[in-house]
Amino acid sequence: MSVLIFIDQAEGIIKKSSFEAASYGAQIAISMGTSAEAIVVGKTQDDLNKLGSYGITKVHYIEDTNIKNYDAQVYTKIIGDAIEAIGATVIIFSNNTSAKAIAPRLSVRLKAGLVSGAIALPDMSNGFVVKKSVFSGKAFAQVSILTAKKIISLNPNSFNIIKGDGTAEIVAMAANVPSSKIEVTAINKITGEIPLGEADIVVSGGRGLKGPENWNLVTDLATALGAATACSRPVADIHWRPHHEHVGQTGLAIAPNLYIAIGISGAIQHLAGVNRSKTIVVINKDPEAPFFKAADYGIVGDAFEVVPKITAAVKKLKDIS
Amino acid sequence: MKILICISKTPDTTAKIAFAENNTKFATDGVQWIINPYDEWYALVRAIELKEKDPSIELHLINVGSADSEPIIRKALALGGDEAIRINSDSADSFFVAAQIAHAAKEGAYDLILTGKETIDYNGSSIGGMIAEILDLPFISHAIKLDNEGSDSIVTREIEGGEETNKVSMPLIISCQKGMAEQRIPNMKGIMGARTKPLKVLEPIECETLTSIVSFDLPPAKSGVKLISPDNPEELVRLLHEESKSI
Ligand SMILES: Cc1cc2nc3c(=O)[nH]c(=O)nc-3n(C[C@H](O)[C@H](O)[C@H](O)COP(=O)(O)OP(=O)(O)OC[C@H]3O[C@@H](n4cnc5c(N)ncnc54)[C@H](O)[C@@H]3O)c2cc1C
Ligand SMILES: Nc1ncnc2c1ncn2[C@@H]1O[C@H](COP(=O)(O)O)[C@@H](O)[C@H]1O
Repeated sequence: MSVLIFIDQAEGIIKKSSFEAASYGAQIAISMGTSAEAIVVGKTQDDLNKLGSYGITKVHYIEDTNIKNYDAQVYTKIIGDAIEAIGATVIIFSNNTSAKAIAPRLSVRLKAGLVSGAIALPDMSNGFVVKKSVFSGKAFAQVSILTAKKIISLNPNSFNIIKGDGTAEIVAMAANVPSSKIEVTAINKITGEIPLGEADIVVSGGRGLKGPENWNLVTDLATALGAATACSRPVADIHWRPHHEHVGQTGLAIAPNLYIAIGISGAIQHLAGVNRSKTIVVINKDPEAPFFKAADYGIVGDAFEVVPKITAAVKKLKDIS
Repeated sequence: MKILICISKTPDTTAKIAFAENNTKFATDGVQWIINPYDEWYALVRAIELKEKDPSIELHLINVGSADSEPIIRKALALGGDEAIRINSDSADSFFVAAQIAHAAKEGAYDLILTGKETIDYNGSSIGGMIAEILDLPFISHAIKLDNEGSDSIVTREIEGGEETNKVSMPLIISCQKGMAEQRIPNMKGIMGARTKPLKVLEPIECETLTSIVSFDLPPAKSGVKLISPDNPEELVRLLHEESKSI
């Protein structure tokens, strides 16, 4: 009855959100008095040993040349078989695009209740109740999982990594890999950018920036901070910025440590995608902009004057420290 | 070819979020209901565009919901759906809803099943994948482009840090998001026509639930914004470094 954590990788490197999921799963295992194990599917370039320091005692490593592309149907079969073999009862994912395709399939396959978008450890004092984000971050729900097997998909940036000095045993696991019905005909990677969903800091711009030619204000600050960039919906709609940068109710929902909004009014649909950020900074020339109500820090001023000064101050800070 | 589009009813994006009955129910007083934006703007409109290219395509809508869902179903018919099924139940459990849709989908022998990426109220992102597993079909999530080529679908989906184009032979299930299509507004002819389009009401099949919502709560209010003078942006950087420790 162990806890099993699915470790997601990008180009063979374990994602930060997987370490959060590992730490989270390890805490659940401690409360249940059992062990936390991990499953890694597909060839890795990373050192799996380091999962030990996040509380994992055993890593099941499935490397099979028949696993060619990422297909939820194939992964579900492989992981489902592994779960049966390992005897895991609680399965943890990080709630990203791959988990959103696998976890629901696995829920059906194992008849295991799924809570996606979890933001806190389960309460096991009376059943098994998991807190999740609902209404696009505007509220939380406590959801009870009624089945013996349970699946939780943890929102990125909502659980702090816990690092210790444990070690993990790595065991190769064989898999029966079904053939994929999906043929990948093209992959188009946006290189050199920090993926928005995983970023610690996000600098975002709205219509207040007047045009795409002024976006260096946003990108310079982002570069100085090592941040990802985002934008409001109209900015993506009028093609000042690419669609994948659109955050909000109908775009991506993010929860970075720091969100800096420049020239964005703070419409309710925009807030829905960013209100889980730990710290929010708003720069807007209109003191009445609704965004200030959701902000921790604010500057009422002209972005064209203020932002370059902030960028300079950040550079100065980084040089000293 | 037959396409099934799953549409759910959600509160309007500006609705006040509050809870009733000891925080166990969403407070619906004064709430405007809409078609979940992902289902309407992306899944449904893209399906309508495919039908505009190939008028032989039939567009069927499905909703699992009580009679309260009928206005949003009629709106989807006004936009361009041909007929609709409503499964008469208001269960919130994803597995229950997916099982109902899967059952109807099997009966209807659809070539494509489209869902939205997620509902904006429950944020489950689960129904599409669950239907796919029940029916043992391929599932492409977070799709941003869809075209058909003979018996294949050509789907581009978002992957972390980029996009990937897939070729899959039908039938399959696709969850749709931004990029697929642009929002449309129903015209008078559509609204008039929708009144007489078939809307079938079916009772749900027997099915267990795997989860249940115990209660809701709201996040604590922000303590208030700390304003910094525009003449002193260095102070902001100092606070972010020393006080909130975000940089
Ligand atoms: C169903 C629905 C879903 C939606 N989903 C989303 C979504 O997912 N994401 C989203 O972002 N929006 C969404 N919207 C749109 C949303 O309602 C707002 O229209 C949008 O967020 C406004 O974008 P903005 O703040 O960039 O532009 P505006 O509202 O035009 O605001 C520009 C701001 O810039 C400020 N400004 C102007 N000049 C300067 C300057 N020189 N220096 C500093 N500040 C300046 C202004 O004071 C103003 O506050 C949705 C709308 C609907 C109806
Ligand atoms: N009650 C419902 N009736 C019909 N379709 C639904 C229902 N609930 C969810 N869906 C579909 O499933 C998608 C994902 O929903 P969810 O998994 O709840 O986030 C939605 O965008 C809809 O397309």
